[in-house]
Formats: sequence, structure tokens, C-alpha cells
Amino acid sequence: MKKSPISMDPFEIEQQDWKRRQRKGRFKKGLTIASPVFILLLWEFLSRTGLIDARFFPPPTEILETFIAMGASGELFIHIGISLYRIFAGFLLGVIPGVIIGLLMGLYSPIRHFISPLVMALMPIPTLALLPIIIILFGIGDMSKIVTIAGSVFFPVVINTAAGVLNIDSIYLDVAKNYGAESKDYFFKIALPGSLPVMLEGIQMGQAIALLTIVAAEMMGATSGIGYLIWTSYKAFLLKEMFVGLILISFFGYLFSVLLRGLQKKILPWR
Amino acid sequence: MSGQSKISIENLTKVFYKKNSRAIALDNISISINDGEFVCLVGPSGCGKTTLLRILADLEKPSTGSYAIAPGKKTRPLQSMVFQERGVIPWLTVEENVAFGLKMRQLPKSVIKERTAYYLKKTGLDKYAALYPKELSGGMKQRVSIARAFANDPEILLMDEPFAALDEQNKFILQEELLAIWSETKKTVLFITHSIDEALLLADRILLMSARPGKIVNEIDISLPRPRTMEKVRADPEMAIYFMEIRKHLQEEVQQSRN
Repeated sequence: MKKSPISMDPFEIEQQDWKRRQRKGRFKKGLTIASPVFILLLWEFLSRTGLIDARFFPPPTEILETFIAMGASGELFIHIGISLYRIFAGFLLGVIPGVIIGLLMGLYSPIRHFISPLVMALMPIPTLALLPIIIILFGIGDMSKIVTIAGSVFFPVVINTAAGVLNIDSIYLDVAKNYGAESKDYFFKIALPGSLPVMLEGIQMGQAIALLTIVAAEMMGATSGIGYLIWTSYKAFLLKEMFVGLILISFFGYLFSVLLRGLQKKILPWR
Repeated sequence: MSGQSKISIENLTKVFYKKNSRAIALDNISISINDGEFVCLVGPSGCGKTTLLRILADLEKPSTGSYAIAPGKKTRPLQSMVFQERGVIPWLTVEENVAFGLKMRQLPKSVIKERTAYYLKKTGLDKYAALYPKELSGGMKQRVSIARAFANDPEILLMDEPFAALDEQNKFILQEELLAIWSETKKTVLFITHSIDEALLLADRILLMSARPGKIVNEIDISLPRPRTMEKVRADPEMAIYFMEIRKHLQEEVQQSRN
């Protein structure tokens, strides 16, 4: 049996416990920040001491210097700007039809039965494998990249949106019917808000896919963008410049995830 | 029965058909409910009482037979349903939930505002108007459901075990609140329950249903004067007899359906 002396103040004991929990919480937050810092330090150390080949893995501090030098010339920001424009445009071009078709599929079963097999059959084809055709159709400018990204983003969004609608408890549809809802009410008052949580998961996935796609799309048949930068640096064996490109992609991926999570909290106050 | 029947159900039968199963949910039901009457439908679970309510709510169709709800004012909807606790829409605030039916019917904004505010106040929800249902207790959610139905001002109210999920104390409070609002509007109500106490407290008339196939096997007029409270129901010797009578019936039905 566990015993504590009765003479002690119970609040004091609980306060100590509370403080211990607080410390633990701070420690966990520290771990989250420490892991990337640790990897960077390890990389720096291994690269400087020659334990890994500094030609292939230049130390992070040198990559940072390269980044600053490239930034100073202004060229880097042109590449970033172009890539971001393509990502956003492609993202919207994929998400908007994805949401609309997904909602229609969820609400109307004939539409679902008609479109589902097409989605299932087209989804496994990597949009990148279609890039040659897309370039023939849309040229090597921005449009071909935007279409490629839109094609990749569309599928997770349409599938999650349809699943989100089907997930809505049928009692809400009964309520809507009983209180005289019309088609547009089902669409805007029930299907859209009800499917939003699952839909946003799909959009989050689509955002990650958009970044994966942009790099690959800009490696083939492009004359600008972060992917182009990575590819040409690699071909010229300018690995520091290549790493700058890679780290930029990783940074934007992280940033977009955080932004979308924040947005999620904002537009789902009822969750 | 007088000529002013508000709900009339005639020879209504509902069967469920699937490839390997046939079930008779409602077997040749005929009921007439008067204007302003509060009727409780009591029966063992699975006897088809919810199916009957869903047919009246236009959420399902009868297999054969017919029913009619007498129309009144043109602007009024025929019926509104008070759903079980899950029926409060989670992405609408309390106020938006209460205003839901009025908005669907595209009434003028001022009317919606006024009526919503009135029933929010009546049900004690005015302080919670801007909250989402997740922040409410079960009892509060059910008040939202009741306010939504009354605000819609229908010819008849259909209630599907609205208090079944509540704890005993909250149930008593809400039952009495419901009676208070009802006595103001005198709407025709068809209320489903499997709680005998609830039926004795609320009803002008209790209809007893059998287990599947669902039939109306008995009806009891409850003449206990209003306003009623649970204390009065408990203290009345006649009510005690009814209680035992209904209880015996329900137990027999449950026993039978087990065999």
C-alpha cells in the first residue's frame, strides 16, 4: 500500500505533481525543436571532419552561405516566385473541381456510380508520366506545370470530399428533409459543411503532392523554378546550389502544412 | 370521435422487403387524433413506432393504406419532428439550429429573428445562442431540438423519444418545460416513448402497441387535470393502476417476442 504522511498539505503534493507534468510538457516541446537542429549539427560535424564526403554533402553552414549569395543576386527569388505561382494556381485548379465533383458524387448516387470507376482507373496513373503529353498540349511554359499539379491534387481532394459527404450522419439529411430543405440547401447547409473535416484532410494531402509534383515537373521541360534550379545545379555538379533548392522545398512544405492546420481550426469552430 | 380530427391514419401497413427477409413493421393501423390532443405511442422497442412516426414525417412511405394531416393556415408547414439528441446539426450554432426550419422556408429575416429569439428565451437557450452544440449538455441539445420544432410553428409535432438519452433529473425538467410550452400553443402532438411515467405525465391519450407486427392493441384516456407534475402522477391511485396495466402489457410483449 502506498502511503503519504497525513501531516503534509494535499495541495502541496498535487502542486509538485502539476509542476512535474509542466516540466515534462516543456521537455517534449524541446524535443520537437531539437530534432532538426540535432540533424543539422550532426551533418555539419560529419561533413567538416570528412566522415562523409563534403563534395556530396556540403556542410549546412556553407549551404546557408550559398543561399545568401544566391539571394543577393536576386535570381533565386525569381525562381521561388515562379514556383510558388505555379503551385498556387495548380493547387486551386485541382482543389476547386475536386471539391465540386466530390460533393456531387457524395450527394447523388447516380453521379457517384458513374464517376467512381473513372476516378479509380485514372488515379494510379502518375500525372508525371503524362508530362510529355501535357507539354505537347500546353507547351513548356507555366501552363503545363499548373495542369500537372492540378491533375495530381485533384484525386485526393475528390476522393476525400465524396467520402466526407458519405460520412455525414443520415439523421442530418432527415432533419433537412423534414424541415423543407431544397437541393441547394442540402448542398450548402449539409453536404459542404458536413464534409469539410474530411475534405480538408484531402486538401492537406493535395498540398504535399503539389510540392512533390512541382519539382519533378520543373525538372523536365522548364526554364525556371525551384525544380529547374535543382536540376541544372545537379547537372553542373553545383551541389550546394542543389541543396538550397531541396531545403527550400522542404521549408515551403512545412510552412503550408502549418498554415493549413491553422486554417482548419479557423473554419471548423464546431469541431 | 368528433369531426375535427387532425391526424387520421387508415389501414396503414408497412412491410420491409429484402431478398431473404420479409418483416411486417406496421399491421393495418388506424388512428384518429384530435386537434390539440397530446397522444403518446407506447410500445416495446422494435415494434414499429418510429417507422409510423417517420411515415407521418414524410421520411418514409407506407406500403398500403393512407394517412392525412389536416391542413390549417397556408403559411404553416404540416409537421415538424423533434429528433433524438443526435438530430441537432453540429456545424450550426444554437441560434442557427433553432432558425433552421424558418430559413428553409425562406421567411422574412425579421420574422425569423423574432421567432427564434422567442423560443430561445422560452427554452432558456438565449445565453447559449452563439455556441455550437458540442459545447452543450445533452439536455441543452434537446432543448434546441424542441425550440427548432416549435419555432417552425407546424400543424402537428412529431416527437421521437426526445428524452430517451437524458438522465432522470434532466428528463423530469424537460418534460415539464415541454408541457409548459405546449400548453401555450396547444399543438397536436404525437409522442413516442417507452417510458410509462413519461406517457402518463404528458398524454391526453396513450396508444399501446404490440411487438412486431406493430398493431394498436389498447388505448387509455388520461384524464388527470393539467397542469400536471410528476408528483401528481405518482400520487394519483388511478395512474398507479394504469402504470401497472401498461407495464404488464409491455412485459408480456417482450416475453412473447423472445419466444
